[in-house]
Amino acid sequence: MKAFLKYREIWLAAAIIVLIGLISTRFPAFADPGNLRQVFNDTSILMILALGQMVIILTRSIDLSMASNLCFTGMVVAMLNAAHPAIPIPALIVIALAVGLVLGAINGLLVWRLNIPSIVVTLGTLTIYRGATFVLSGGAWVNADKMSPDFIGFQRAAFLGIPVLSWIAILVIALFFVLMTRTALGRSIYAIGVNPTASVYTGIDVGRTKFIVFCISGMIGGLAGYLWISRYVIASVEVANGYELNIIAACVIGGISIAGGIGSVGGAVLGALFLGIISNALPVINISPFWQMAISGSAIILAVVLNARGERQQGRIILRKAEAA
Amino acid sequence: MTDIPAPRHIPDRLDKPLSSAIFSWEALLVVVAVAIFAINSFASPYFLDPYSLSDLTFNFTEKGLIAFAMALLIISGEIDLSVAAIIALASTMMGMAVQAGAGTPVLVLIGIVVGLGCGAFNGLLVTRLGLPSIVVTIGTMSLFRGIAFIILGDQAYKGYPESFAFFGQGYVWWVVSFELVLFLIAAIVYWFLLHRTSFGRRVFAIGNNPVAAQFSGVRVGRIKFILFCLTGLMSGIASVLITSRLGSTRPSIAQGYELEVITMVVLGGVSILGGAGSIVGVVLAAFIMGLVTFGLGLLNVPGIVMSIFIGVLLIIVIALPIVWRRLRGSS
Repeated sequence: MKAFLKYREIWLAAAIIVLIGLISTRFPAFADPGNLRQVFNDTSILMILALGQMVIILTRSIDLSMASNLCFTGMVVAMLNAAHPAIPIPALIVIALAVGLVLGAINGLLVWRLNIPSIVVTLGTLTIYRGATFVLSGGAWVNADKMSPDFIGFQRAAFLGIPVLSWIAILVIALFFVLMTRTALGRSIYAIGVNPTASVYTGIDVGRTKFIVFCISGMIGGLAGYLWISRYVIASVEVANGYELNIIAACVIGGISIAGGIGSVGGAVLGALFLGIISNALPVINISPFWQMAISGSAIILAVVLNARGERQQGRIILRKAEAA
Repeated sequence: MTDIPAPRHIPDRLDKPLSSAIFSWEALLVVVAVAIFAINSFASPYFLDPYSLSDLTFNFTEKGLIAFAMALLIISGEIDLSVAAIIALASTMMGMAVQAGAGTPVLVLIGIVVGLGCGAFNGLLVTRLGLPSIVVTIGTMSLFRGIAFIILGDQAYKGYPESFAFFGQGYVWWVVSFELVLFLIAAIVYWFLLHRTSFGRRVFAIGNNPVAAQFSGVRVGRIKFILFCLTGLMSGIASVLITSRLGSTRPSIAQGYELEVITMVVLGGVSILGGAGSIVGVVLAAFIMGLVTFGLGLLNVPGIVMSIFIGVLLIIVIALPIVWRRLRGSS
């Protein structure tokens, strides 16, 4: 029964294994555990972001401003680090989470208090947050030589043979797994997506829950901001431009229904991994990186076509589960 | 997107008292437009000049053309995020044709046909397979622009014939550009289509309640398919204009236009939930966005800062009527 419920994730995992198999026929070293760990590490930021977007999409909303939030928060921590190298990295991470939280809360308040559709709100804040990055930085870049060695080195430090960045991703995945499967908030998020009207009658505050999920995605955007900047060691207005659609693409490939209520932590992680594997594999099997966009586009369309079948069925099952719990 | 549907007004053409016309969305937009126009005239001495004002129109005509078709699509409850990618693909195909020695009429035809084909592809996926349009068009957006990247890589197509330059750079009379004339003609055609034909009434019906529309004999799938084709067609036309204006094609052409087009449509009072909106609103929103970007440009404000104004404008214009209603309700 449990295996059946995870039907879609199992298929996606199988597709990923087949993909890795196909790639290793052209380039055997790809399936090497060391290389796969590298791929996981490369995909960590996208996985974290996809999880933040997932809770939003589950409540029938969308957050187009995540990449701009990442850009703004990344600039804030980079400038802080350049000006005050003495601030310890954990404190910077807390600051990144806080800044992201504020940006997410702005989205959430507009959605909750003014009842503006989330796509309109985040379409607006998408441009506002990125513009604010320009105002904050005056259009200047923060380069690697202005960042402290700790700032750059923190996520690269190995712990038990795995970089800290991967550990952060694992921690976030674990937190989201607990949130979605073991808490009342996680249940409410699913319930709102499946049937908002029924949720109101069962005593769920739909508006407040939406506000909370926007705060969550904001914090995730902020965290990813620090991770992104310290990974690619440059903070500019152009950082992650257009990346919001990659995040949504990871969710869609991961089987999260844009109509809300359907999706899982495993799906979001696998969807992100799928995209990460493609972008890592293309250079090593000698396909021009210019193919990447068309391939991920085809993958998205294919995923939607496959997921659309039996989506209704899946929805009922989740509802029944919610009622039983 | 499917947020919880808010209570809807019955849209369009019911008998309204004069007072409702004064407090209508279009009236609000006119006030905003006049205010921005006045501010611009005071802020820069170069603004009130026929040639400046003519340059201004290039800021919105191409996006505006797509916005008309997008307005109908959004009213019907669907969305198309792939419009900018269609521009890129159509422009790339025109570039390939130029390399093969095609003349101006063939180029225009290719641009329009590629646009129409891409729109039909979106339409088929959405209506035949019953997929959500927001996800389908995120996919085709990557696919269409991805094909442009595969063909072009980091190269660019140049060498468009001289007669091709007319569409994006030519003037019909004095300072009136070809693009502006096309924009105005399209505005009239789409206004007529949406507000004066049974097709338009069906679009509203679908947006308000697709199931009820289906049971009243409206061919929901076919009309949505036509709307996707129209959006593709307008993107193809916009591609001809942009390619002609720039005189070159890169795969990154028109990047980010999709969100600007949707901003224009939403600013124009079209409900993102479907079922309500007007072409007059979209025309006014196009003017407003053109005025804001051009006016700030004259003041040497960088483009990225202008986008803050557009974003704030979008949220304020949407939030204002809601806050206004709430304040009146509480007092």
